[in-house]
Amino acid sequence: MLRAKDVALRFGQTTALDGADLDVDGGEIVAVMGPSGSGKSTLLYVLAGILRPDRGEVYLGDRRLDTMRDAARSRLRLRAFGFVLQFGDLVPELSLRENVELPLRLLGVPKVEARRRAVSLLRELEVDEHADRLPGQVSGGQAQRAAVARALVHGPRVLFADEPTGSLDSVAGELVLDALTGLARREGSTVVLVTHESRVAAYADRTLYLRDGRVAT
Amino acid sequence: MSVSRILLGLLEPRAQHGYTLRQRYDAWFGASRPLKSAQVYATLQRLDRDGLVDLAGVAAGEGPDRRVYAITESGVTELERWLDEPEVPEVTGSRRVLFAKVLIALSSGRPADALLDRQRQAHHARLREMRARRQAGDLLAQLDADFEMYHLDADLRWIDGAVGRLDRLATLVRRPASAVEGAS
Repeated sequence: MLRAKDVALRFGQTTALDGADLDVDGGEIVAVMGPSGSGKSTLLYVLAGILRPDRGEVYLGDRRLDTMRDAARSRLRLRAFGFVLQFGDLVPELSLRENVELPLRLLGVPKVEARRRAVSLLRELEVDEHADRLPGQVSGGQAQRAAVARALVHGPRVLFADEPTGSLDSVAGELVLDALTGLARREGSTVVLVTHESRVAAYADRTLYLRDGRVAT
Repeated sequence: MSVSRILLGLLEPRAQHGYTLRQRYDAWFGASRPLKSAQVYATLQRLDRDGLVDLAGVAAGEGPDRRVYAITESGVTELERWLDEPEVPEVTGSRRVLFAKVLIALSSGRPADALLDRQRQAHHARLREMRARRQAGDLLAQLDADFEMYHLDADLRWIDGAVGRLDRLATLVRRPASAVEGAS
């Protein structure tokens, strides 16, 4: 369903990816691990259509991403992808609820319906009592659960998570991972989860290991 | 696992027969390796021979499992000694075998990175198993799974560290024995 074939990308003199191959099934949760500088975050951004590789091919289903025009890729990202990053990256001026409504509003969902779905998801992740607070007014774990809700509220085909618990303690991290993997499985979303922690990777169905810009296993 | 000392500890609050001892042992420690009935019986006989437990009676029913044992004063002393003494912090079993496999592979000119990649996959599979067990279990099961998961994580860190130094290690282990002895 999500596929990379012989993908390579350099940043100046630094080789980030050097012939990486990957094939992820629909609904599968795959963890990507590897030492610092092995290219795991770069691979995630290439798969998500944010970075364009120097070489190789990237497909979502039968649609080729790496040759798609920027505007089309942006539309596809908005509709088909969700993102959870290490520090959540919620909009600091918007409440948790407004943050979760955002993807729906951008996709043209009416305000009342967007609010209903956002509140329902925040309730499911047990952060609804903080729904009207700003991200800076809640704990890191609560903000990150709201980020999970924002990433999945529009039912994306793929959720990309880059060190989603990297800034959290283990208990808060587990709540975030339970929410992320639980919701993704229920919605049938595919997940690509970049992490340096083996305990986080244990939430996945499969772990891939990157070395020197290639998938070693 | 020191089965005999654990059985002593389980006997301390009250005298019990082998069957109930085995039930309690399996509930607490038997997730990965349950105790066999014969093992309980043989261990109790040995503890009896060493004066650490006494036969206190025979419960109604058939079989050696129905003998009721009670801890003796010597047994309590031995139990306290065992509890007070820190375990030797050592790495045993398969963890040492992995280290040996890496050295043997390198010294014979075989690639060790593929070996470590396969081991990493096996460790990740076990981690997923432990996580599922942890999620489904009670507090006891969670702590039991945590114990193994942290050790698996430590192994994986060692594997990552070793992979980055295989070339240097290969050079070291392929030297003649006299040169290796002098290496630091």
